Amino acid sequence: MSTQLTDTPVAAVDAPLETLNSLDLLESEAIHIIREVVAEFERPALLFSGGKDSVVMLHLATKAFWPGKVPFPVLHVDTGHNFPEVIDFRDRTVERLGLRLEVGSVQEFIDSGELSERADGTRNPLQTVPLLDAIAKNKFDAVFGGGRRDEDKARAKERILSLRDEFGQWDPRNQRPELWNLYNGRYTVGQHVRAFPISNWTELDIWRYIARENIELPGLYYAHDREVYERDGMWRAVGPVSEPRPDEEVVIKQVRYRTVGDMSCTGAVASDATTVHDVVREVAASTLTERGATRADDRISEAAMEDRKKDGYF
Amino acid sequence: MSTITETLPEQAALEQSTLFRFATAGSVDDGKSTLVGRLLHDSKAILADTLDAVTRTSVDRGFGGENGSTQKIDLALLTDGLRAEREQGITIDVAYRYFATDRRSFILADCPGHIQYTKNTVTGASTADAVVVLIDARKGVLEQTRRHLSVLRLLRVPNVIVAVNKIDLTGFSEDVFRAIEADVQAVASGIGLTDIVVIPVSALEGDNVVERSAYTPWYTGASLLDLLETLPTTDELERGLEPFRFPVQLVIRPQGALAPELALADDAGASFRDYRAYAGQLASGDVSVGDSITVLPSGRTATVVGIDFAGRTLEKAVAPQSVALRLSEEIDIARGDVIAATGTFGEARQDLYAELCWLSDKPLREGAKVLIKHGSKTVQGLVRAVTGKLELESFAYGQASGLGLNDIGTAQIRLASALPIEAYARHRRTGAFLVIDPQDGNTLAAGMVRDHPGDHEDERYAI
Repeated sequence: MSTQLTDTPVAAVDAPLETLNSLDLLESEAIHIIREVVAEFERPALLFSGGKDSVVMLHLATKAFWPGKVPFPVLHVDTGHNFPEVIDFRDRTVERLGLRLEVGSVQEFIDSGELSERADGTRNPLQTVPLLDAIAKNKFDAVFGGGRRDEDKARAKERILSLRDEFGQWDPRNQRPELWNLYNGRYTVGQHVRAFPISNWTELDIWRYIARENIELPGLYYAHDREVYERDGMWRAVGPVSEPRPDEEVVIKQVRYRTVGDMSCTGAVASDATTVHDVVREVAASTLTERGATRADDRISEAAMEDRKKDGYF
Repeated sequence: MSTITETLPEQAALEQSTLFRFATAGSVDDGKSTLVGRLLHDSKAILADTLDAVTRTSVDRGFGGENGSTQKIDLALLTDGLRAEREQGITIDVAYRYFATDRRSFILADCPGHIQYTKNTVTGASTADAVVVLIDARKGVLEQTRRHLSVLRLLRVPNVIVAVNKIDLTGFSEDVFRAIEADVQAVASGIGLTDIVVIPVSALEGDNVVERSAYTPWYTGASLLDLLETLPTTDELERGLEPFRFPVQLVIRPQGALAPELALADDAGASFRDYRAYAGQLASGDVSVGDSITVLPSGRTATVVGIDFAGRTLEKAVAPQSVALRLSEEIDIARGDVIAATGTFGEARQDLYAELCWLSDKPLREGAKVLIKHGSKTVQGLVRAVTGKLELESFAYGQASGLGLNDIGTAQIRLASALPIEAYARHRRTGAFLVIDPQDGNTLAAGMVRDHPGDHEDERYAI
């Protein structure tokens, strides 16, 4: 690619795309889905955490409606355990694109007694209640998510438009067949739809796209020095919700995050990938899935994700 | 670790890699999950933590013993996603899998065979560039094989591969393979399916899946993965054959609501004040600046003056790109209209004659009111008559007055307003539609437009 660019700098940008590569095709499919949902639903919203998949989703939305503004608000379910730099990135991005940000706060639900802290301190499973509350309060009828089918065996069976009932529940045994590129977004009172335009992307596709489109991400996706300690075979950051136990030795290591969620259960990986191209190479060579490497909550049981999704999780 | 790194797609190759969608179809116990697991495993798409988990479960279930088999793990565990599936050892729903080689990225729709096989096969095949049909070498062509091939013929799947699995259990017998191959070709030519490829494989042992097998010297064709890497995609096959079609998804007219970075630029806000473009994905063909287009169903014409994609201006766009078109005239165009190359389309029609693959438990009765989703438009429809039901074994139509789950039949539907429909046989995208239940919104059927009915059906239609 770099040699082509050097040879014909102008043509490489504006040439007609006679051969569409896999990223072009995935991008086109995602934009088609985003436009369908915006055209067919009254009040869509995009789940935006500042994580790489939601950042790619927002980038695709800006492309889908150019030169117009992204025509829907973004919604973040804040666990209260988020990395400060990710929250800062979230706020800057929303500001830059002139979007409205709705926040559902797990902390508020815990403070009011509607949710109680889990024994293990993990808050990812607690996101469901604030999420459904925000959807109901804002009367969102379609919620875009950055879920990908390569993430998990249960996600592999989810439709691109996924119908949820009053309780936000996913019924995997009773899903609508999805044919051609015709998406059926009809729902009845109390139901809403989750839309997953990047269902068909893999982690590597996401990173290659971030590199190609020069998309900005929170800095902790790239290798940096951090105070960490080892637990369950993962590097945990030292922080207010992730204190090391007395027997866990704190070291400074060069690490990066493959996912950025709840600090209390998201681990970092040792890495020297400081640029997006380094990360593409690293992900391509990785022998661990991103959830397996970094998410303690998905290790709880073989069906952890399926159980959370049935209860209305993302 | 080192072997995985060696087989990694190179960066440069990745930039050129294309996307290939395929589906698998088979009967119970013909080893489909094992074949899919084998493809994922041998193409290194299974990462270490997943493999560890599967290996642990496999050992618990008695795999990997000292029985001489090379199979250390239950490959089917790699694909069964839901708890009920793992517990019952069955596959319930279409699952999507992803793997890549240095030539292609693959999207695999793994379609279960035993329950609702038509629903699942139709779903998987509707977007597939290829479908792999499995046959157990010990059983040969079954009724279900005929049914699968018939469905693939109806849906016009461009590449059909028949994998004769468990060939190891026949002692790698060429005679067995040749007999099944002849049966397959006979069924295929009977239903008008051409260019079928038949391969002997052992999903369990890996023969002819990724590498050609030393045990089948009499088979001179390609391995399954070689085929998947080299067969043409639907878009490649049909590029240049189908005329330009562009269902309008929405009109982009930002006026006050410009993207902030454009609104901030000094004169940009002014230059976009009157911006108006029609957003959509090319359903077929290509379009260039300067082309004359006709809007359907209104029939008004204009010239393409700009093709925009997120700030880039293109001279030409090809299917299936998502773009926005600017036109020379301000004509009335809304979501649901189709923009077509001028002179390539007949007339929008209010009467629809179509093949229906019925996918719902709720049966179809004559007189039913339904919704028809075609391209980006949904209209009401009245099912005036069910005119026949396809007997998949014989590929002939019998009498019918209704359709049930997994039935395929023909019907006459009167639409509330005219749609720019075309025959599916020549126009894959503009010939396809969904039948939707107006009550609960569920998808009832996959529809494929047929040519105008002949005299016989006209008689029924007059009722």
